[in-house]
Amino acid sequence: MKRKALGIYSAFVLAFLHAPLLILIVFSFNSSRFTVWEGFSFRWYRAAMNDPQLADGLMNSLIIAVVAALLSTLIGTLAAYGIWRQRSVILSGSLYLSLVTPEIVTGVSLLALFQWSFRFLHMRLGLHTVVISHIAFSIAYVAIVISARLRNYDRSLEEAAMDLGASEWHAFSRVTLPSLAPAIAAAGLLALVVSFDDYVITSLVAGVDSETLPMVIYAMARRGVSPVVNAVSALIVVAFGAIILLSQRLQEK
Amino acid sequence: MSLRSRFLLPARVWMALFFAAPMAIVLSYSFLTRGEYGGVEQPWTVENFIRLADPIYLSILWRSIWIAGLSTALCALLGFPLALFISRSGRRRNLYLQLVLLPFWTSFLVRTYAWLFILRDTGLVNTVLMRLNIIATPMQLLYNDRAVLLGLVCNFLPFFVLPMYATLERLDPALLEAAADLGARPFATLRRVIIPVSAPGFVAGSVLVFIPCLGAYLTPDLLGGGKTVMLGNLVQNQFTTARDWPFGSAASLVLMLASALLLASLMRSRMARELT
Repeated sequence: MKRKALGIYSAFVLAFLHAPLLILIVFSFNSSRFTVWEGFSFRWYRAAMNDPQLADGLMNSLIIAVVAALLSTLIGTLAAYGIWRQRSVILSGSLYLSLVTPEIVTGVSLLALFQWSFRFLHMRLGLHTVVISHIAFSIAYVAIVISARLRNYDRSLEEAAMDLGASEWHAFSRVTLPSLAPAIAAAGLLALVVSFDDYVITSLVAGVDSETLPMVIYAMARRGVSPVVNAVSALIVVAFGAIILLSQRLQEK
Repeated sequence: MSLRSRFLLPARVWMALFFAAPMAIVLSYSFLTRGEYGGVEQPWTVENFIRLADPIYLSILWRSIWIAGLSTALCALLGFPLALFISRSGRRRNLYLQLVLLPFWTSFLVRTYAWLFILRDTGLVNTVLMRLNIIATPMQLLYNDRAVLLGLVCNFLPFFVLPMYATLERLDPALLEAAADLGARPFATLRRVIIPVSAPGFVAGSVLVFIPCLGAYLTPDLLGGGKTVMLGNLVQNQFTTARDWPFGSAASLVLMLASALLLASLMRSRMARELT
């Protein structure tokens, strides 16, 4: 009896977590403009495909996310390995701090930095400032995934390699790196999602010509009802879901 | 230079340039004066921090703490039973954990927008209720504290469930058997065994929910409209519309400091150590 009650309660909580997205996905296939079910249709998906603003936003978001994910994966992996070899209180402390800093604070502080630096540099806000910012907040995510893997990694493997004459670099690149590969791929996928999804920081450091997809969606949502947003949202949810599941599979390897 | 320091170098440089330096700029701006055209000028002053103690701004601070606290309590209320259920689900537990984690990774913006779609005047709830003739005119469900709470709880619930689950998972089943052998009813077992043992999970989960709720910006912005102003909205407003960067910096600093102190206290507490 008690168990059953707990199960029903838990089902409700899980439903509460998932219902908003499921409802959104269902209504993205609604042929009506209004929140009344009329019939199944791909109308809003076609409208989304033909929207030049969405296409521009998507392009910008993809460029930013791919570049930021590649670089933050590289930097974060190296950092996690370095910290694993020997603790670095300052670096790991600032990585943790960057994770809990409210996004809005990260955003305005980066904006302040960029505006200040533009006094000396002939530059403006644009894709590059967004990429720089995204790398800054993605490094911590990558480092956490790689660190989790390294925690279960046997240190004596590298020692054995070095006893057999391998240099420090070879011990890393031939012994540790291959076994880190799945975790690195998982971390990269995570960084891709985190970067692609960011709105708050991006909206502050993006220039007029570097609107990202979340920025376009935000503006549309603000303007009022548009089922096109539902269609785009549904596509994002499905794509993110697939990437995250893949990432988790890789982390379990 | 050793291999290790060479490996740490890129992260050190990046975090110094694009995390520490921006924070240092915000720190120095918070002690400067707003220029005539919205710039930042001397003289140095503590005026910005004194202004934060104005009743208007104190009420924003109070409201942020209140909403974050309430969200945390709701997350505990929803999250504890769920974590307990998952920890006792045997082989299915991984599936349930996935179900908790998945929405967490699927676009923060989209999840918040989904509530907008459900709650607005022409949204799902109002449309259904009007079709069923339960109400004649749409109810105002959006742009109030309740909508913000709903959004925050839905977004940050996984932050409570995961540490809670991690603690409950380690709960020795022998303890429960012992309680039952000694004649404890299920409710007494819950109150006197399970809850005390799971205190570390409670603390960790609460802090992990409270921090992002306190600094929330997007959720109150979209679901609270202009009415529910939290600290995050104040910061955003000062840096954009109001163009008072020194004051916005002072507010950012308070927010940052609160988050950092909460994190530090969590990491220092023995409870957290038990979790890792």
